[in-house]
Order: sequence, then structure tokens, then C-alpha cells
Amino acid sequence: MDLGQINPILLIASLMVASTPILLAALGELVVEKAGVLNLGVEGMMITGAVVGFAIGVNTGAPLMGFGAAALAGAALSLLFGFITQILKSNQVATGLALTLFGIGLSALIGKPYVGIKAPSFPRLDIPLLSDIPVLGPILFRHDLMVYVSLALVVAVWLILARTRAGLILRAVGENHAAAHALGYKVVRVRLAAIAFGGALAGLGGAYVSLVRVPQWTEGMTAGAGWIALAIVVFASWRPWRVLLGAYLFGGVTVLQLNLQAAAAQFPLASLPIIALLVLFWDSMSQQRRGLPLSTRRKVVYLAVVLVCLPATFLWWNVWTTFKVEFLSMSPYLVTILVLVLISVRGTHGAPASLGRVFHAST
Amino acid sequence: MSLIRLEKRPAPSALLSAATPVLAVIATMIAGGVMFWALGANPFEAIRTIFWDPLFDPTFGAYSRPQLLVKAGPLILIATGLALGFRAGIWNIGAEGQYIMGAIVGAGVGLALYPTETRWLFPLMVAAGAIGGWAWAMIPAFLKTRFGTNEILVSLMLVYVAENILASVSSGLLRNPEGHGFPGSRNLARDFPAASNPELIAGTGMHWGVVAAFAAVIFAYVLMTRHRMGFAIRLAGEAPRAARFAGVNPARLVLFSLGTAGAFAGAAGFFEVSGPAGQISIDFNSGYGFTAIIVAFLGRLHPVGILLAGLLMALTYIGGELAQLMLTMPAAAIQLFQGMLLFFLLAMDVFANYRLRFGTPEVA
Repeated sequence: MDLGQINPILLIASLMVASTPILLAALGELVVEKAGVLNLGVEGMMITGAVVGFAIGVNTGAPLMGFGAAALAGAALSLLFGFITQILKSNQVATGLALTLFGIGLSALIGKPYVGIKAPSFPRLDIPLLSDIPVLGPILFRHDLMVYVSLALVVAVWLILARTRAGLILRAVGENHAAAHALGYKVVRVRLAAIAFGGALAGLGGAYVSLVRVPQWTEGMTAGAGWIALAIVVFASWRPWRVLLGAYLFGGVTVLQLNLQAAAAQFPLASLPIIALLVLFWDSMSQQRRGLPLSTRRKVVYLAVVLVCLPATFLWWNVWTTFKVEFLSMSPYLVTILVLVLISVRGTHGAPASLGRVFHAST
Repeated sequence: MSLIRLEKRPAPSALLSAATPVLAVIATMIAGGVMFWALGANPFEAIRTIFWDPLFDPTFGAYSRPQLLVKAGPLILIATGLALGFRAGIWNIGAEGQYIMGAIVGAGVGLALYPTETRWLFPLMVAAGAIGGWAWAMIPAFLKTRFGTNEILVSLMLVYVAENILASVSSGLLRNPEGHGFPGSRNLARDFPAASNPELIAGTGMHWGVVAAFAAVIFAYVLMTRHRMGFAIRLAGEAPRAARFAGVNPARLVLFSLGTAGAFAGAAGFFEVSGPAGQISIDFNSGYGFTAIIVAFLGRLHPVGILLAGLLMALTYIGGELAQLMLTMPAAAIQLFQGMLLFFLLAMDVFANYRLRFGTPEVA
């Protein structure tokens, strides 16, 4: 076990880089969902943004042009979704899935000539004075422009949603589209604007993957980041600051597992029985909360779980030592599932009431 | 007031519901033709290569005709299972993961018993594959029923987990010990007769997976039209409130539809790995689990529709390969083509669900 090779300052700094794509995409989707639209096409828009941003970045030599083009591409693709769901009133879940499948195909087609090319370098913006502060400097103030943009967007989205009239209208449309319509707000127009904003941010997030984080183009390179962004919106209970927290948490898991792969560290052996015991504890607590006594049947099940856990730990150890790389690579997805479960136990508070419902003005 | 308005139909038009998939295919052919033209190919030649040549070309037809059933089999089997959930508003989009896990478990059971030569081995492996897919689908199902966790995200996350497990076992646990260190398991189709899934009738592409797909279609048809569970599924999808009052148990519905879809996908994975693919390898899966979503919608979530849609989608796969070969078309073009098809289909549904009205509304 050699955790000493991991430098905590570099770890946190690279955490911010790893989180930025998810943060951007999740922030965009937050606004879309606040307007009452569920766009499951985030992955498709991200991957399209990744390839368009990369292509334009390589061709012009200017990464900023790439980011601009990626935002436009993401917005254009999202408006296709917007047209079909808002004007033609299709099912949002199915249309979002279609957008993802379409985007993956489109990006592979566009990206064919760009495989194996290196991205133009995107300079780091060291903020003078602040970047010289020990510890905090390298963590917070030695990043590229997009990291700062993503943080500024968190503030902007929060301010607009919470403090402005436009934000209030957007939330009204998302909470009760019939009432918003009756008050004279253009539900479809507000939603289309939100969808385009979400698409642009997903495109930016994708471009950040291909231009900065990796930095090159490979097919399917976003590898589920768009879906994780969707999970983060749920995790964040539809609040911008919690989106930031969630994105950085997931970025942390990603960076940590990459570092652990490099350091070939051993995973805590006891994780499986600990998880099992936590589940048992939790179950008994929820029984207690409901005021129910623990039945004999439950106690038998608990005993069985504990008995199974002992040989399972041994097995886990064997499997683990053979396949640690794969286990580490799947950890971000497992953590996402775990977080989703924890969130759903608490209950999905804060979901916009009209989320995913088709709006059709009867008059 | 705008000139064109949409007026909701009391019930979706049956005629248009059946006609929209056909219209969507035609629209996709036109838009696809434009895309092929933009890629520098003759659009008419490209469309003919995709939709006509695989079946009727004198030189390639003999090879590609059997491929139709080989590719349609898994698509139909998976889509039939998915459609049960989709009808009830339960969104299992992780069929790709269930398909991979079914293949791993099914092939794993067989490989553990290598070199047994008993005819009971194959059915045992089919069952193991189905159980593998079922178990993988039970994870989102259990989390959904116990904690109310969103099944869309969980089932999708599990696809990535399954892909990692596949990468791991194909170079570790299930690697061919006589394979000189190359990744990939023993070839079931070639080296292990008792575990192989051969072509049943020479020159047709018919294998046990295709038989299972047809059986699944009949099963789903009977279930949806004749069985209580089918009624519950339809009711829950069309009128959730009415379903609650009618005493439909939502948890049972989730467990049943996700479980069935998982078992079907798992079996499809096993049939693929023991037949057309031959072995567990890191890329044996060809995205059938995702394409099956398109097949389910294109078939209007109806078993017979899915049968036809699966055949059509298989045709685009084969035609796409042919277009790659003949017209040096990129492989991704056909993926885009399939995505487009789903878009057009969803867009055209508006005509089935709404009436177009021109001019300003009359005051009632």
C-alpha cells in the first residue's frame, strides 16, 4: 500500500479539472429541469460538443473558438429535442434517449478524421498574487479559463434563478405550467430558451473533455459523464450550489480512482461487510422509525447476511487482487448508484412539479 | 392566434399509429439520402445498398440474407422485453448491461464445465444466461421498489459497470488457458460442441436465439392481450391513477417487467456469445441493447410491430456494413441513420395523438 505517492494539493487541483465537464453539463440540465423539461440527451449533446469543439479548436488553432462552436452545436442539438418535445409534444424520455443515440452516431461520424490528433494547448491562467499563496494558490488560482467560467456560471445561475424576475418565471413554468400559461407567460418559449441554454452548457462540458482534460478525440470519450450529470441534478435537489458540491464530489472519486490505479494501492478489504452491515443497520433503523418491532424473520435474514459476509469477504479479496484496475474504473458509476439510492431514501425533495410532463395549451 | 393549432384527440388514431413508423422510415430514407450525399456518395445508390442489396444482390445476397435473422434475433428478443416495461412507464435503458452479464454468466457456466459433452449443458447455459441478465436487472428493480431510486440512471450506470466486468473477465477469469495469453475466452462455437449455438437450418441464419425471439414475441402477445399482468401493464402506462384504484401493485409490475426484460436480454447475450460471436471478448457486444430501444419504439411497443421493426433494423445493420464495404461509408453513418429514424418516429407521433386545425378557433 503506497498512498504516499499521491500529492494532496495536486489531487485537489486535478479534481477541479476533472469535475468541470460534469459541473457545466449538470448546471445546464438544472436550468432545463427547473423549467419542467427532462432532457435525457445530455450525453449526446456532450459528445457532440466534444467533437465539434475539438474539430474547430484544431482547425483554427484557437481553443476558445472550439468552446464557442461546441456551445452552439450543443444548443442546436438541444433545440432539435426542444422542437420535437415542445412543439410536436413527444415523450421527453424517449426523445432524450433518441438525442443521445443520435449524438453518439453524429460525433463518431464527424470525429473520424480527428482520431489521434493532439488538441491545441489551452493556457493556464495563473491569477497574479493569489496564485502564489501556499497550498490554496495551486489549488484554486492556477487553472484555465473554463474552470473559472464554470464557477462563475454557478453563481450566475443561482442569482438568476433565485433573485430575478426571469428566474421566477422560469421556476413558475417548471412548477405549474398551466398556471404560468394562465398568467400569460409563454411556456413553450421559456422552455425552449432553457433547453438551448442546457444544450450550450452540455456542449461546453463536452469540449472541455476533448480540449483540456484528455486532450484528444476518441469515440465515446465522454463515457457516461452526461448521465452522471443527470444524476448530480437529482443529488443536488435542483439547487445550483449543491450541483457544484456534487460535481466536485464525483470529480474527486474519478481523480482518486485514477491515482489509486497509478499507485496500485489496495482497496480497503473490509468494504463489503461494512456496506452490508450499514444496510442492515439502516434497515433496522427504518423499522424502528416506523415504530415496528424487529420480527423473527428479519432477525434470521440479518443473521444470514452476516454469515454470508464472512466467506464473501474472502472471495472479494481474491477477486479484488486479480481485477483491481477494473474495479477502480467502475467506481464512479457505482458511487453514482450509491448516491442515487441514498438520495431516494431521503425522498426527492425539490423536483419541479411539472418535470417531464407534456404541456398542451387547450386554448 | 397562430394559423395551425394542435387539438388533442380523445384517443390516439389507430390508423395513424400504424402508419407513422412507415412514414418515419420514408422520411429517414430522404434525410439519410441527403446525409449520404453530403458525405460524397450517390444518395440513391446508398439507400439501395442499405435497403435492397443485402436481400437481393446476386453476389452478396447469399451471404447477407442469413445475417438478417442473426442480427434481428437479439434485437427482437431484447426489444420485446423492454417494451413490457416501456408500456408501463418503467424505463429500463440498461439492456446492454443485462445482455453482457447474461453472456458472461451463461458462457461462464459452460466454460466451468468444459469439456463436458452432454446435451443438457446447452439448456443449462441458456438458463444461466437468462438468470445473469435477470439478476443484473433486479438491481435497479429492487432499488426502485425498495427505495424509489430512478431506474433510468441506475440501469444505465450498470451498463458501464458490466462493460468493466467484461473487460476484466475476458482477460482474466474466463480467458482461454490455451490461448497463448491472448484475451478472450475459449471459442464456444468452434471448440466446444455441447455449448455451441449452431445454425439450425443451413443458409437461413436461424439459431436457437432466433427461435427464442419468436417465442418471446408470442409470449408477449399472449401476455398483453390475454393475461392479467398484461392488462395491469397497459393500465399502469395509460392511466396510472386508474391502475392504482384497480389494485395494480406497482412494485410487482416493476419487478416483473424489469426482470423479464433482463432475462430476455441475458438470454440474447448468451445466444450471441455461443453462436455468432463465438467467444467472450472485450468487444463481443455490438450495442444491441441500445439499438433494441429504437426497435421497441419503432414497433410501437407491440410484439408483432417489434418483430417487423427488428427485421428492418437488422437490415440497416447489414446494409450499413455493405455500404462501408462498397461505398467506403464510415461505420458511424449507420448509427446516425438509426438515431434519425427514432427522431422522425417520435416527431410524427404528433399526428397520431393530435389533430391539426387551421385558422382561429371558434368561440364555444
